[in-house]
Amino acid sequence: MAGELGHIALILALALALVQGVLPVIGAARGIPGWIALAPGAAFGQAALVAFAFGCLTYAYVTSDFSVLNVAENSHTLKPLLYKISGVWGNHEGSLLLWILILSIFGAAVALFGGNLPAALKARVLGVQGLIAVGFLSFILFTSNPFSRLLPPPLEGRGLNPLLQDPGLAFHPPFLYLGYVGFSVAFSFAVAALLEGRVDPAWARWVRPWTLAAWCFLTIGIALGSWWAYYELGWGGWWFWDPVENASFMPWLAGTALLHSAIVVEKRDTLKSWTVLLAILTFSLSLLGTFLVRSGVINSVHAFATDPTRGVFILIFLAVVVGGSLLLYALRAPALQAVGVFAPVSREGALVLNNLLLAVGAAAVLLGTLYPLALDAVSGAKVSVGPQYFNAVFVPLMAPLLAAVAVGPLLAWKRGDLAAAFARLLPAAATVVIGLLAALWLIDGRSLLALLGIALGLWLTVGALCELGLRIKLFGAPLGDSLRRARGLPRAAWGMTVAHFGVGLLVLGITVSGTWQVEVQRIMKPGEIAAVGPVQYRFAGVSPIKGPNYTALQGRFEVIEGGRVTQLLTPAQRRYLQPPMETTEAAIRPSPVADLYAVLGEGDEQRGWAVRLYWKPLVSWIWLGALGMAFGGFLSLSDRRHRVGAPAGRRAAAPVAAE
Amino acid sequence: MRLTYLAPLIVFVLIGLGLAVGLTLNPREIPSALIGKPVPDFSLPPVVEGGQGLSSADLRAGDGPSLVNVFASWCVPCRVEHPLIMALAREGIAPVHGLNYKDKPADVAKWLDQLGNPFARTGADRDGRVGIDWGVYGVPETFVVDGAGRIVCKHVGPLMQWDVDNKIRPLLDDLKAGRASSVKC
Repeated sequence: MAGELGHIALILALALALVQGVLPVIGAARGIPGWIALAPGAAFGQAALVAFAFGCLTYAYVTSDFSVLNVAENSHTLKPLLYKISGVWGNHEGSLLLWILILSIFGAAVALFGGNLPAALKARVLGVQGLIAVGFLSFILFTSNPFSRLLPPPLEGRGLNPLLQDPGLAFHPPFLYLGYVGFSVAFSFAVAALLEGRVDPAWARWVRPWTLAAWCFLTIGIALGSWWAYYELGWGGWWFWDPVENASFMPWLAGTALLHSAIVVEKRDTLKSWTVLLAILTFSLSLLGTFLVRSGVINSVHAFATDPTRGVFILIFLAVVVGGSLLLYALRAPALQAVGVFAPVSREGALVLNNLLLAVGAAAVLLGTLYPLALDAVSGAKVSVGPQYFNAVFVPLMAPLLAAVAVGPLLAWKRGDLAAAFARLLPAAATVVIGLLAALWLIDGRSLLALLGIALGLWLTVGALCELGLRIKLFGAPLGDSLRRARGLPRAAWGMTVAHFGVGLLVLGITVSGTWQVEVQRIMKPGEIAAVGPVQYRFAGVSPIKGPNYTALQGRFEVIEGGRVTQLLTPAQRRYLQPPMETTEAAIRPSPVADLYAVLGEGDEQRGWAVRLYWKPLVSWIWLGALGMAFGGFLSLSDRRHRVGAPAGRRAAAPVAAE
Repeated sequence: MRLTYLAPLIVFVLIGLGLAVGLTLNPREIPSALIGKPVPDFSLPPVVEGGQGLSSADLRAGDGPSLVNVFASWCVPCRVEHPLIMALAREGIAPVHGLNYKDKPADVAKWLDQLGNPFARTGADRDGRVGIDWGVYGVPETFVVDGAGRIVCKHVGPLMQWDVDNKIRPLLDDLKAGRASSVKC
């Protein structure tokens, strides 16, 4: 019964989305108040209906209703409750429903919080949101119905892929989709602005919080995915330049650029058509990611099971949405006139550089991701583009960007003074020199790239602190005065500092863990000791254990640090019952200094066990840095300027002027 | 309308066309590096006692093309394609040989007993070493070998009726008639 109700709710939601996508847009163009006023109600209704449908599917999963095909294919009665729920989005149909749910929630949120938007703009924005929802709701109803019945129902379900039965992955898709779909709001604002033919600082002020929220979620989503790959796949790496990873990374790069260029529109009323284009491209890349993951055009470790009709549907949808919006852009953007002018060396100039490098970075990732596909289409040759390409292209692009991150915030708007900015960054420069000397001493013949990474990481972290110190006049005024200034600093300023500091941590984590990691692969018999970097692992043996829906062989490794056993690591090989599958569970002891990481491979008592043991210095800084970036974003989002909207901003006169 | 504003649209149209072509391709189909090469040297005992084993000499014997089907009793898709293999063997257009991959003798004997044995010769590749030489990365796989013992075609995954009608049978007909085949592998 729940299945049918959910299905009907989706059909009703499609009808409502059609109303929302058509009438308010026409109403705004023709000036029909009644039609304009329809938009918020339709958005709320659509969100409620989709939420109801999602609830129905979740109910079917929780109660293990195997008469629903989707549940029978992806669930199992023995699964823990968390994974019964996360199983809802652990498959194509359910994850699409989650995508639509988040889309409709964002639509409702715009309706709810957009009280200060002009009615016509709001109607257009919600109308575009509605049209996107029409596309996705038709997609799910016509090609991927999650509520299809299965008669007769099987007694037991097929189970969820054990690799997905993991807390990191349970929350990875929701965050990722909050990011992907969140960019739809920026897209809708961009299309609405093109329809109106007007982009001004007020528009940027409305777009920025939505972009920022989406960006924060996407950052967390990507970080969770990479963390999952790190500890669940047991390969010891954390990023593989897999096409599906790239699919999430491209919108992130474009979104990061959008985030920064919107500041320029807001403060200086220029870079308008570029910002609109970025808003369109960011969401387009999100859609492209969806296409790549679900259509079967690429082969990847985590592409969904695929079906050509779905691919055709998404491609047509992509053509309509992206092609349509880019056509609108070609027609309308030339009319968007820039007002503010600026010198190359200025805050705007730095942000343009940021945009340029991020956009080229996104294009490079796009090229690397699509190149195998293009080559196959043209010549039938099968290739794959590996990390070598991405590292070769990405490092030269990101290095100047990262170097500029510390300088940009110290430049004034319109015309900046580079020499003065560098003078203020002297502490950062000094730290870089000391760090480089230390690294040279430690590095004994390792790569130049490592030195570059260390230099950039230190430059970024200390540079972010320098900027903060200057703002609060640390050492330039009595300490109490500085603390008062720190308290008075707008949240947005704190957010920027924290986020840029996070980037620095990320760079340091990547560099140090990549350069100084120690990996030992060998056969070990119980009782043997292996030295891995500064620690030793003593292999104590293997014993069988039993979990809720798996059995496992668990290895025991005693970690010896400074002559004492400090830790017991228990990597395991799990054998799941349904679906029958073996997974490798790495055992990890994370710490801010160095992660210890052990993987148990094949073997037996006589011949010993194949094991992989690692010592990974600073690797946790990668995720710490990513979380710092997201946290900085949320801090900035909580700035009252965003909270209470444009006109009220003036009321919040902070003790210290922000800019 | 200035051209620069059209550039994003043009780039997108190109990418879209590429993706449309990409949809018609199968990324899982990886061409074998062994196409056109002689079969690797090997000699395997039969899977059931008293049966005939399989070796590279048998495939190079020169009595026309043959099929080599890589299968295992633990492999579910093998069970799916099995009736088709039986039909092919009954049809007799070419001998079908079995390469039994990483299997236990008792299991495979039972499997062939229950489902029928379509194979003229079988080779038991217990530890999968011969499979490595053949470039096997999953079961089932089916190879078409010409009379001189060269690998002509490799099919990955279970054979379907479509594959038999459009790939395997025309290819075998062409090989027997000694003409160059237009069948793509």
